[in-house]
Amino acid sequence: MARFIVRRVLSRVVLLFAITTLAFILLYAGSGDIARRIVGQTATAEQVAARAAELGLDRPVLEQYVSWLGNAVTGNLGRSWFSGQLVLDGVASRMAVTLSLVIGATIISALLAVALGVWAALARGVVDRVIQFLTVLGMAVPGFLVAVGLVLVFALQLGWFRATGFTPFAQDPGGWVRSVTLPIAALAVGGVSAATQQIRGSVIDALQRDYVRTLRSRGLDTRSVVFKHVLRNSIGPALAILNVQFVGMLGGAVIVEQVFALPGLGQLSVAATLQGDIPIVMGLVLATAAIVVVVNLAIDLAQAFLNPKVRLA
Amino acid sequence: MSDTKPTMPIPVTKRSQGLLRRVMKNPVGLVSLGFILLIFGLALFGGLLAPHDPNLSDARLILAPASADHPLGTDPSGRDVLSRLLVATQISLFAATLALVVALVIGVLAGLVAGYYKGWIDGVFGWITALTISMPGIIILLAARTIIGPSVWLAMLVFGVLMSPSFYRLVYASVSAVREELYVDAARVSGLSDGRIISRHILGVVRAPIIIQSAMILGIAVAIQSGLEFLGLGDTRVPTWGGMLSDGFAAMYRAPILMLWPSLAIGLTSIALTLFANVLRDELERSGGILRRRKKGAQAAEKRSRQGDPVLVHGEDAHSARRTGEVLLDVSNLHVGYDQPDGSLVEVVRGVDLTIRRGEVHGLIGESGSGKSQTSFAILGLLPSGGRVVDGSVVFEGVQLANADADAYATVRGTRMAYIPQEPMSNLDPMFTIGSQLTEPLRKTQGMDKKAATKKALALLARVGIPDPQRTFDAYPHQISGGMAQRVLIAGAVSSDPDLLIADEPTTALDVTIQAEVLDLIRDLQQDYDMAVLLVTHNFGVVADLCDRVSVMREGKIIETGPVRGIFADPQHAYTQSLLDAMLEDSAPRPPLTQGARS
Repeated sequence: MARFIVRRVLSRVVLLFAITTLAFILLYAGSGDIARRIVGQTATAEQVAARAAELGLDRPVLEQYVSWLGNAVTGNLGRSWFSGQLVLDGVASRMAVTLSLVIGATIISALLAVALGVWAALARGVVDRVIQFLTVLGMAVPGFLVAVGLVLVFALQLGWFRATGFTPFAQDPGGWVRSVTLPIAALAVGGVSAATQQIRGSVIDALQRDYVRTLRSRGLDTRSVVFKHVLRNSIGPALAILNVQFVGMLGGAVIVEQVFALPGLGQLSVAATLQGDIPIVMGLVLATAAIVVVVNLAIDLAQAFLNPKVRLA
Repeated sequence: MSDTKPTMPIPVTKRSQGLLRRVMKNPVGLVSLGFILLIFGLALFGGLLAPHDPNLSDARLILAPASADHPLGTDPSGRDVLSRLLVATQISLFAATLALVVALVIGVLAGLVAGYYKGWIDGVFGWITALTISMPGIIILLAARTIIGPSVWLAMLVFGVLMSPSFYRLVYASVSAVREELYVDAARVSGLSDGRIISRHILGVVRAPIIIQSAMILGIAVAIQSGLEFLGLGDTRVPTWGGMLSDGFAAMYRAPILMLWPSLAIGLTSIALTLFANVLRDELERSGGILRRRKKGAQAAEKRSRQGDPVLVHGEDAHSARRTGEVLLDVSNLHVGYDQPDGSLVEVVRGVDLTIRRGEVHGLIGESGSGKSQTSFAILGLLPSGGRVVDGSVVFEGVQLANADADAYATVRGTRMAYIPQEPMSNLDPMFTIGSQLTEPLRKTQGMDKKAATKKALALLARVGIPDPQRTFDAYPHQISGGMAQRVLIAGAVSSDPDLLIADEPTTALDVTIQAEVLDLIRDLQQDYDMAVLLVTHNFGVVADLCDRVSVMREGKIIETGPVRGIFADPQHAYTQSLLDAMLEDSAPRPPLTQGARS
């Protein structure tokens, strides 16, 4: 188990390193004359050169990367080229909003998907076909379209929720719930659909296992076999799909935040991308990759702990 | 039953035309394919139909309602919505198609090369895959936009690269599998070039899965591209679905109707592509499914057996006459069938009669697929899903069990009727300890508390010959051997002191050395508990060893039945004869070699 953990942690750290290296080199080497873009077309060549020297852009890309990496390890991700704000502050202050959306949507996806997936797998017939059709639709419709639809119906027509804006939890818990309900719902539709299909499949698969028949032959009723043994054996595949869904929702949050005007990572990344604020973009890539790596690791460890073959190895 | 899982893609060369026809017959398939063709038609020719220049803004016509000149009205900049929609359809779909083509070209070519020749390409794609599963696509596209600018074409090019692993994996897996097939070897030996082999044998196999994947990728590309443009990251000079939605969203309070058209375009296109892919996949799976084959075999068998063979019954003899106690289980005219998707029924057991008396060991013998396991599952009420007792009766101690509900079986299964399966490892839940799997039923059916159940389970483990019961009790299934696992399952079966034990080929999966020990164990336990045993097997040696009576089963019917000695001495049916011969071939002592050498 200990060796397994060490191996996983190391391989994720290597992946994180590779992603940031690749991103840095592409962003800094591929963006052409960055200093010119920052100071504008009307600036003189001297102004451009001075700006480049000030930002360290006149050095070779690899040298810039080494110094970025050295700083990044100590938590210094540099400053925005345009606002001068510390990248770490900008990213950290917005991370909470995005994570609360994505984690909320993941939890709701997991709960709903287990209920729907088990129901479809046990009932089969009409219930199964209806659930399957709905989940195919849920996977097909892009999340931002769902978000736009929710705004139109629940905020604009019915007025149940605020269409846009964000209330911090600490300030007003009720207001916070009202401001995140629709975004979480929009994000969760795809996640619920994908996870329901996966869980339905793995429950049907587990139901046909030999040990289920044997346990039933010993006098256990179907219900207790399903809720103890079948579900226990379906957790692994379910966690795997939630892992994938988490990454998908992290991306979906970028757009959904924009629809609901929430001050999350998405808003920051759209603004930085439009401006060409590379230190911020770099900070976002690092933050996203780090979140995913941490979640992947957590799921890996959960999987290992849940599987006796790995746990006892 | 264990081979019902879909395995590798099955060659579909000749079936493809039929596949398309079946997709068209499915209403969902027909509608979605129709919509896809319509939208691509609009993409190709819609620009010609546009009544206005999509970018021409008219300050006098801001948010004008629908009119003859502007059938869908105008947008906040006074541009004609219909013209923009038609031109946007072309750009959005063609850009998504670009992503698909890039992903296809890279993924398929690399998959063919890597699957056929192996080598470093697999490592490269491993990395692209790791990147795409650890970074949301939209974040990669956002970062890429900083470098490549707002062009939708460049964005879709990058996205195509990101999506290429899905084609790569598909092709790589198929090629690696097909490469090892004999017919590819044969083609190579007969001198076909690699290129010919790839195009002839391999592309045929992956064609249908690639079409399915393409529809999915196209849908995802439409969605993510519209998403980027909705964020305002696209080129504002070019009309696109996402851009139009973004414009409409900005004017949400003044003219929400503007969001309708791009939303419909994006949503319906994504849905149509996904539904089409799903229908195609369902039809593909159905065409290669196991049911069709089983049905064919069963139909042929039905034909043969309709000619009707009377059951050959042997008279009782001195040996079997000692088992003339009360009838415990009476199965008569049992028919078991499986409902097929097309509404027909496939019968796998067709009129079985079987009587087992108290304390009797009854052998049920026949080749694989003869219906002997299905007969035992029907008695236990544990037929796999889709199976049911179509006709006949199963009476156990006077209670009718044919198609009985859970309540009727609640007092039977696990208390008076028990079951030993064939394959030891797959019959233990890998997630729970041996101990918990033994005590859970005891606590449930015998009402024992945890302590009593543990004590009884440990005693049972010792009884079935497990050397260190406590260690096995605490172990997980993967920590014990197959022979041990079978002893555990036997302990579980006899834990309730049953009247009838149904053992389904209890030694088939075991090593030869362990088979005899397990049979001895079953014999001992049978005498200890004075159980009746229904022993399912395909081996007459096992029958001779243990049974009082035997029934020979073939193609869902009993063809010969009677006391073991009678059948051994005088087999009537040719099939019984051949089974007996098979046993003799297995175990008859050969004349010693030395003797032959001397003479």
